[in-house]
Amino acid sequence: MEAMRVLIVDDEIDLLETVVKRLQKRHINASGLPDGEKALAYLRDNPIDVVVLDVKMPGKNGLEILEEIKNTYPSIEVIMITGHASIRSGKQGMSLGAFDYMMKPVGIDELLEKIRQAWIKGQSENNGR
Amino acid sequence: MEDLEFKKLGMKITGITLGFSVIPLLLLGFTIYYQFSGTYTTKIKENLATLVTNKSHALDIFLGERIAQLKIIAATQSFQKLCNEGGLENILRIIRQSSETFIDLGIIDQEGNHVSYCGPYNLKGINYKNERWFHEVLAKGVYVSDVFMGFRKFPHFIIAVLRREGDMNWILRATIDSGVFESQVNSIQQGRNGDAYLVNAAMEFQTTPRFGKIAPLKNFLHAPTRFSGPRIIQSSSPHGEVLFGLQWLEGKNWLLVVREDPKEELTPLLRTQRYVVIIGVVAILSILLGILLITRLMIRQLVRAEQEKAMLDESLMQSSKMAALGKMAAGVAHEVNNPLAVIKEKAGWIRDLLEEEDVKQSKNFQEFRDAVDKIEIHVDRAKKVVHRMLGFARRMEPLRESVDVNKVLEQTLSFFENEAKYQNISITTQMQQNLPRTLSDTSQLQQVFLNLINNSIDALDNGGDIFISTQADLRSKEIKICIRDNGPGIPKEIEKKIFDPFFTTKKVGQGTGLGLAISYSLMEKLGGSLRLENRQEEGAAFIITLPLTYQEG
Repeated sequence: MEAMRVLIVDDEIDLLETVVKRLQKRHINASGLPDGEKALAYLRDNPIDVVVLDVKMPGKNGLEILEEIKNTYPSIEVIMITGHASIRSGKQGMSLGAFDYMMKPVGIDELLEKIRQAWIKGQSENNGR
Repeated sequence: MEDLEFKKLGMKITGITLGFSVIPLLLLGFTIYYQFSGTYTTKIKENLATLVTNKSHALDIFLGERIAQLKIIAATQSFQKLCNEGGLENILRIIRQSSETFIDLGIIDQEGNHVSYCGPYNLKGINYKNERWFHEVLAKGVYVSDVFMGFRKFPHFIIAVLRREGDMNWILRATIDSGVFESQVNSIQQGRNGDAYLVNAAMEFQTTPRFGKIAPLKNFLHAPTRFSGPRIIQSSSPHGEVLFGLQWLEGKNWLLVVREDPKEELTPLLRTQRYVVIIGVVAILSILLGILLITRLMIRQLVRAEQEKAMLDESLMQSSKMAALGKMAAGVAHEVNNPLAVIKEKAGWIRDLLEEEDVKQSKNFQEFRDAVDKIEIHVDRAKKVVHRMLGFARRMEPLRESVDVNKVLEQTLSFFENEAKYQNISITTQMQQNLPRTLSDTSQLQQVFLNLINNSIDALDNGGDIFISTQADLRSKEIKICIRDNGPGIPKEIEKKIFDPFFTTKKVGQGTGLGLAISYSLMEKLGGSLRLENRQEEGAAFIITLPLTYQEG
């Protein structure tokens, strides 16, 4: 089993850094980027298994990024992070191919668990192919 | 609008309508009545004039006949013949056969000596030379005396005619029983108070008036001078109006007076007057009643419209206030949410780092861990507040949505937590677990809960308990929510008024008096109900029912 590679995309830099640090501390190969454009560019050069995507971001919003990721890299699993008032966009994300959506605030252990599930799903699908 | 203004408006409407309907009615009534009464009075006067004329003619004829009889006798008999005893007697007998009114006959020569007499009294030999009437007969040829008692001691009058026989003048003189004459006049007396009599120029009675000589005739008639034709005089006496019909006789200076009581004659008119007044009063009363009813109806309608408008305004204002508040809450919540997330992550990071060996050795390790725990606890607490605010904001969109009544109640209560604590009020809830969700409007329900809980808190001045319970009744398909307090309760006498708009027991400026009214109408709109279960001293309880409607599909 390869080590899983996770990309966190969130415009709140402090939050992003901390989450990345905490995941790394839990021996997850995690990196973070503050916006969607950069994430798409990053994905071109770096293989990633799971992307954790904040829905509400300046510039391209989470749903648009999700669509592009799914179009370009169908094997990458995406977990949407939504605010309290945007559950609808989370559900929309599911229909666009997201693995799942999680409501803010997200506890680190829940997030880790969700990432694991997404990764396992991705692994089995990719192996089957 | 104030009650006073409505009252003023009502009075104005009543006054104007009353004026416009009653004044024409009165005008019509009075005009018709006066026309009728004028015509009627004229008619009565005309009747009286006709009566007086006819009767005076009859009296004239009566007098004329007597005079003519005497003239014929005087003309056909010679002095000599009449002076013989038996001659005069013979003639008197013949005359009396046709008219009983002749009492006696006498012959008087030109010296004034009563030379011959026939009748019940012995008047022969009396000299009339110095009597006034004697000279008048000599001058005019005919004389009719006033009624007098004379030597005979009973009312009578005399007629004397002059005869020129060659060089000699003599006078035939007859006494007429005025009693017979009187009955003619008295027959004119009409009705219960009517009277008829003859007076001479000096206003002395020539016939006996019906009611004695009490009536001071001069007061009414002011000694009228002779006039021709009938004359009607209306005069007032202490006994009321009096109507006199007057006509001078042609053959004698006597005035026929017929007195009538117009009251008697006017009885039909007075009856009409009474009817007019009664009908008028009834008509005015019915108009007044009608106007009052219509005015009251109109004012009631106006008041209702005003109240509805005010309620609508108030509920619109309240909902727009809530909407604005909701938007703000949503904005604030989102802004606060992110920093909270960062704080939480940072705290989590510290917790992660605390697990490392070297930090665990630190003597303040326990302090660090406690601090991190506290930070996380309080971040969670802040998050709850933000959640509530977001929930409140979401409910601003009026919908027929699936509502968890318990949740709405809990959220509403959270607004009051501080106030209740501050006022020493404890709020106990007994919510049915697994209360079924129902289709309703969350924001409107919340408004109702807010109003009721707010009222309860206001009622509990010195602290107390508020008890809130929910319960689903599956048989009647409704959810029952009870909000009660152990405050002073609602006095029996205002129990019926509490749902009226603008009714408030709070101080001026503290309550609009619309809270319960709006709550009531909101619950009705939601298909439910709101009622008071007054428990007097134990406090007030409001029962809300909400229909249990399941989501379709």
